Amino acid sequence: MRTTADKLRNLVLGTWSILAIIFLFLPIFVIVMFSFNDNQGRFNFTWQGFTLKHWKEPFAVAGLGEAMGTSIAIALLTTLIAVALGTFVALALVRYRWRGRGATGGLIFLPLATPEVVLGAALLGWFLTMGLVRGFVTVLIAHVMFTLGYVVITVRARLEGMDTHIEEAAADLGANQATTLWKITLPLLAPGLAAAALLSFAISIDDFVVSNFTAGQTVTFPLFVYGAARQGVPPQVNVFATAILVIVIGLMFANLAWQRRAARREGIPVPEAKPLGV
Amino acid sequence: MSEAVAPAPGKGSRGGGGLSLRRKRALIPLLFVLPGLAWLVLFYVIPIVSQVWVSTQTGNPDDGFVQTWNFAVYPEAVSEYLPQLGRSFLYAGIATLACLIISFPLAYFIAFKAGRWRNLMLLLVILPFFTSLIVRVVAWQTLLADDSFIVDALKAIGILGADGRLLATTFAVIAGITYNFLPFMVLPLYASLERMDRTLLEAASDLYASKLTAFRKVTLPLAAPGIFAGTLLTFIPAIGDYINAQLLGTPNQFMIGNVIQSQYLTVREYPTAAALSFVVMVIVLVLIAIALRFVSTRQLSEAAAS
Repeated sequence: MRTTADKLRNLVLGTWSILAIIFLFLPIFVIVMFSFNDNQGRFNFTWQGFTLKHWKEPFAVAGLGEAMGTSIAIALLTTLIAVALGTFVALALVRYRWRGRGATGGLIFLPLATPEVVLGAALLGWFLTMGLVRGFVTVLIAHVMFTLGYVVITVRARLEGMDTHIEEAAADLGANQATTLWKITLPLLAPGLAAAALLSFAISIDDFVVSNFTAGQTVTFPLFVYGAARQGVPPQVNVFATAILVIVIGLMFANLAWQRRAARREGIPVPEAKPLGV
Repeated sequence: MSEAVAPAPGKGSRGGGGLSLRRKRALIPLLFVLPGLAWLVLFYVIPIVSQVWVSTQTGNPDDGFVQTWNFAVYPEAVSEYLPQLGRSFLYAGIATLACLIISFPLAYFIAFKAGRWRNLMLLLVILPFFTSLIVRVVAWQTLLADDSFIVDALKAIGILGADGRLLATTFAVIAGITYNFLPFMVLPLYASLERMDRTLLEAASDLYASKLTAFRKVTLPLAAPGIFAGTLLTFIPAIGDYINAQLLGTPNQFMIGNVIQSQYLTVREYPTAAALSFVVMVIVLVLIAIALRFVSTRQLSEAAAS
């Protein structure tokens, strides 16, 4: 039985939720809308009419294309290294018992709980002490450090949901550990690895704070935008931001569909559509 | 860590392994963690600890710094930048509370009322955060600018005076921080509510508890771990935030992150910057240590990665 009070409460709750989601999307609307703004002069703050010219010439602004390229290169390399390192850490944490396992779990978690400004400052201090020249490599080092934990947690979650019987069967049939890992565990783990890769790519390409401290003369996309923010951000930045959003949404849905299919094949009741597969 | 561990693949399946094989097996997990662990030690643990080394040096940016174990830098730096330090905690605290107030009804709605829209709504909560953070803050500049539709509307209904403004105010900075960390609050809240055993609510109503009593005595206590994890995941990163203060505020709103940033990158007064960042780290570690008395590392880290 639903009373009027119940209905009213649901209405208030629903309205509140919709308003909250509108709040979340307000800046996104602005970003997308102003990528089509026919702005005059340097500033892109007021709406002056619709145009496609920025979408046709995304590289018209000096330095922006290079910055985007640097960001993509760093994000790809970060993803590669972090997923490689993190997967093995996750395997050790889930599949084996060993001394120091608890402490390692704690250490993996710490960088995620450290404010980014502290991560950046600490790395900068360390690089200065070591006399390392800051640039592409130091940003890469930093990005791998703070995405590693996300990879471990994502892969660990998938590993724990996995059926160990297939691995045991492989071992019973005489496969050695390396073969089992390569032919059974890793393929079964693939959707988890994809989710972890997506997550580290997204975190790396968006990082501003730690890059700000470790980049030296290297300019990534967020650093370019920050530098431009003082004199007016060109609409091409909105074009790139919108494009990234669309690509990430596409990848997310692809991964989701893939996970579902893999789950059906294995007969594992897989987490109903957690957007990142976490 | 208390969760059950699956047996190592192949364990017990091949009889006469012998000592050397067993020893080899014991080595495998160590080989697996070594590269990742080494990376974290080299580029997280050592840098954090080395802040002490950097902070106690004296000198100037032009002639270089030498180690003099000048620990006086700590009280000096803290007292000089006490307003910014205090502001960091104040802003982070208000923003966390605002996040909780906005998120709780939303998470509750998604968990209990959204039905088949649940996954879509979760996706909508996360989606905005796949655009660049900096670009989003710049978009807030546009939204809060003096001639924006929001400011015009607020002036029209009289909330804002004729010469009132939003950009470059404390309100803008706190609102920006609230916006940035909202999903970190929504997701753990949702996770704890979704996991809740709903029959408990039926039991409460069978026992003649009013809706409000049931909420207060059943839902709220069961959501506590989520509230706790969300608070921590919002509050801690918010303390270190400096982008919102930089782009939406003025030096009157600057937080400790702004000081660390400018001392390190602009003024190049490394010891002060290192001292302040080490102080922030110690405060954060204390907060985490307190938090771990209530929830496990695992719950926290999973909430962080969700």
